Amino acid sequence: MSDHHHKETFITKYVFSQDHKMISKQYLVTGIFMGIIGVFMSMLFRLQIAWPDHSFSIIEAFLGNHQDGGVMSPDIYLALVTIHGTIMVFFVLTAGLSGTFSNLLIPLQIGARDMASGFLNMVSYWLFFLSSVLMLVSLFVEAGPASAGWTIYPPLSALPQAIPGSGAGMTLWLVSMAIFVASSLLGSLNYIVTVLNLRTVGMKMTRLPLTIWAFFITAIIGVVSFPVLLSAALLLIFDRSFGTSFYLSDIFIDGGVLHYQGGSPILFEHLFWFLGHPEVYIVLLPALGITSEIIATNSRKPIFGYRAMIGSIIAIAFLSTIVWGHHMFITGMNPFLGSVFTFTTLLIAIPSAVKAFNYITTLWKGNLQFNPAMLFSIGLVSTFVSGGLTGLVLGDSALDINVHDTYFVVAHFHLVMGVSAIYGMFAGVYHWFPKMFGRMMNKTLGYWHFWLTAIAAYGVFFPMHFVGLAGLPRRYYTNTAFPYFDDLADINVIITMFALFGGAAQLIFLANFFFSIYKGKKASKNPWKSNTLEWTTPVEHIHGNWPGAIPEVHRWAYDYSKPGHDDDFVMQTVPLKDGEEES
Amino acid sequence: MLALIYILIGIFVASVIWQLTNIFNLKTPIADDSDNDQQGKLMFAFMVAFYALMIYCFWAYSEVLLPGASSEEGLRYDNLYLITMVLILVVQAIMQFLIFYFSYKYRGIKNRKALFYADSHKLETIWTITPAVVLAGIIIYGLSVWTDITDVSDLEDPLVIEVYAKQFQWEARYAGDDNTLGRANVRNIKGINTMGVDMTDTNAADDIPVRELHLVKGRPVIFKFRSQDVLHSAYMPHFRAQMNCVPGMTTQFAFTPNKTTIEMRQDEMIVAKVENINKIRAEKGEDAYEFDYLLLCNKICGASHYNMQMKIVVEEEADFNKWIAEQQTITEVINK
Repeated sequence: MSDHHHKETFITKYVFSQDHKMISKQYLVTGIFMGIIGVFMSMLFRLQIAWPDHSFSIIEAFLGNHQDGGVMSPDIYLALVTIHGTIMVFFVLTAGLSGTFSNLLIPLQIGARDMASGFLNMVSYWLFFLSSVLMLVSLFVEAGPASAGWTIYPPLSALPQAIPGSGAGMTLWLVSMAIFVASSLLGSLNYIVTVLNLRTVGMKMTRLPLTIWAFFITAIIGVVSFPVLLSAALLLIFDRSFGTSFYLSDIFIDGGVLHYQGGSPILFEHLFWFLGHPEVYIVLLPALGITSEIIATNSRKPIFGYRAMIGSIIAIAFLSTIVWGHHMFITGMNPFLGSVFTFTTLLIAIPSAVKAFNYITTLWKGNLQFNPAMLFSIGLVSTFVSGGLTGLVLGDSALDINVHDTYFVVAHFHLVMGVSAIYGMFAGVYHWFPKMFGRMMNKTLGYWHFWLTAIAAYGVFFPMHFVGLAGLPRRYYTNTAFPYFDDLADINVIITMFALFGGAAQLIFLANFFFSIYKGKKASKNPWKSNTLEWTTPVEHIHGNWPGAIPEVHRWAYDYSKPGHDDDFVMQTVPLKDGEEES
Repeated sequence: MLALIYILIGIFVASVIWQLTNIFNLKTPIADDSDNDQQGKLMFAFMVAFYALMIYCFWAYSEVLLPGASSEEGLRYDNLYLITMVLILVVQAIMQFLIFYFSYKYRGIKNRKALFYADSHKLETIWTITPAVVLAGIIIYGLSVWTDITDVSDLEDPLVIEVYAKQFQWEARYAGDDNTLGRANVRNIKGINTMGVDMTDTNAADDIPVRELHLVKGRPVIFKFRSQDVLHSAYMPHFRAQMNCVPGMTTQFAFTPNKTTIEMRQDEMIVAKVENINKIRAEKGEDAYEFDYLLLCNKICGASHYNMQMKIVVEEEADFNKWIAEQQTITEVINK
């Protein structure tokens, strides 16, 4: 109840807080910090790709003994690629995105005082924090951090003889990820229980905002798939440290045969991608949920096809768990199995198309309010389509043969899950900043941030398709070993310039974000004239969210511009008028 | 120290923007009509710029793309690829137009009310069924190509070649007169027997170890892939061929080359590409380059992953027979 205000110290309020709003801010700030590191790494290795052999003082400054006169070593190149992927996928776009907004919005939008278990929620954050620290510590291991690619396929990831990063760096990577999985599971269980049990009076499942549906389904996918990554990591730890042969067999390295026999790297690939593919949707669905909410609010229109949106989220979630084999068409897996995975994979295009069409129809005949969050949401729809369509090439086993592991794949997944999800995250930050910090972010800087980022994102990833279609494999330290690829040098320079430009543009966001926390304009209670419950809470955070009773809900979240009402929004707490039909 | 300076520069730039924010903050933080108008028009401008970028890329970069396939199976691949690409581009062009054009057209105006339009079963049925039908077509066609490429049981008199991967080079072994590869295992690796061929297996005696692949135009070839240490991937982009090399097991891939290296060097696209490459190389003072088919490693395998390559030569049968006759069998190599 609201009157259980026990005395709070600095430690319980800001550090070991059990309040979901504070935990959400902790996730966000940690995610942003990890994001700075992950993006910075990508700029370093893009320098190497565009200008191999060229000496850069920035590389000399940051890479210590992993560089020689400002030119990075091949090993650290692979390490940067690996850690960039790991940090962005797990630490920024899983924990940073989902952790922030699930925590902030689930209790606020369903009308709950807090998460079902504030304690587990706190533990979840601190496990994530610990896992982030371990991942960062691994950067300072003498032989370098994990460098077998973010997918850490054994035997490369199992044998320090094969690559130096597979020594202590890899051990820390595995321990960090194991803790990360524990954190994610605690978080997800909490989200599921909260959504199922703590909805306020009148908040039927069919009245939930789409954000909550997205977070809820995401949490379910997480609970189903993350434990499998834990198993994969554990077995890998056994192979590395205790001499078992789950993944390893018949290996001759450093002039001798190793004892491993009977294992198969393909087993690891199955286990890894059993998480790895749903992970794509763990990253993407919350971003799509956020977008649904923001597009509806800023179009001043109901989201088109609410039930179809829920149906497509569920369909995507279900299909996402049975498509992992499309990462493995050419691993030596039975070709018939490849056919099955092609079938299930291409099916995902149907609910995805429904979502895209529904977003577009929501824009149609709207009264669009171009707040920065809206710009990023529209940007998301654009990159989601651009990146999603090339999935038709990669998901088709026959076509995958020649583009597998080339830059075409890099362009595809960066657009469809990387850029899209990060746009979703930015949109969420701009939109709910007033709810998180009681102040507004600056609009003008938000516009600059969006346009520069949008130009850079397409400038980087659209030309990149062509590099892949030219046949250049990803994860090449340089392509100068093949004169055949010499004509790609120009494109790579252009891509790198856009990448540096786009990276620099994020400084605008950082400045705006931290400035606005302290000096932004004071927010009003419902600045975007939105319908959902979080905008009924006071601007100043209080424990328990609402000072009095929790409001009751009488309608769905999307009564924007409904005929028969004076305002162009009707909050969920407003009772239906006599004779008014619920949409 | 230098790192610190870079970080300080970053913080400095950010704080300059921070100061600017003070000025920008004079305006309301919520979009008003003039913002909506301006941003809506920017949406339109961005759409034009995005189309320009796409068209420019296709125009400027078509030269760097892979030329038409050099294998029979690759021709089917190219056809499927073309159909899929056309479909993708048409849908992309339409969808992006709708997104940005609607954003521009319906930019907000004060006191205008949006249309309350929450649902339409008809529309939703249309855009569920349409993708489903189109996808069904792609899936059926795609799977027929896939089955065709991966089914190696119907090859007539294929040339059998083992491709063997290790950090960081390729080796290969021809099956010899009996066209059957001898057994092999990493535990047999010793001295010059670098692929671990089991010399007690009678099929192994006439196997021919080589460091360069020669293929016959018009004769199917079936590759058996092995790796001795980590995962590698044998990628032969011109033949639309790729398969992972997995320690502990043998994988396979088959195709029928249909253009000799010499024919390929006269291919229009290759001529243009090589000309362009040599212009770039001349500027850097490097030797002129001549086209050859490539086998590259396409699965991250360690420090020199980027430089793991083998030359492939496709030639007429007579030339091939001459070349293979000059190679020593593994028995000859070991007993030398």
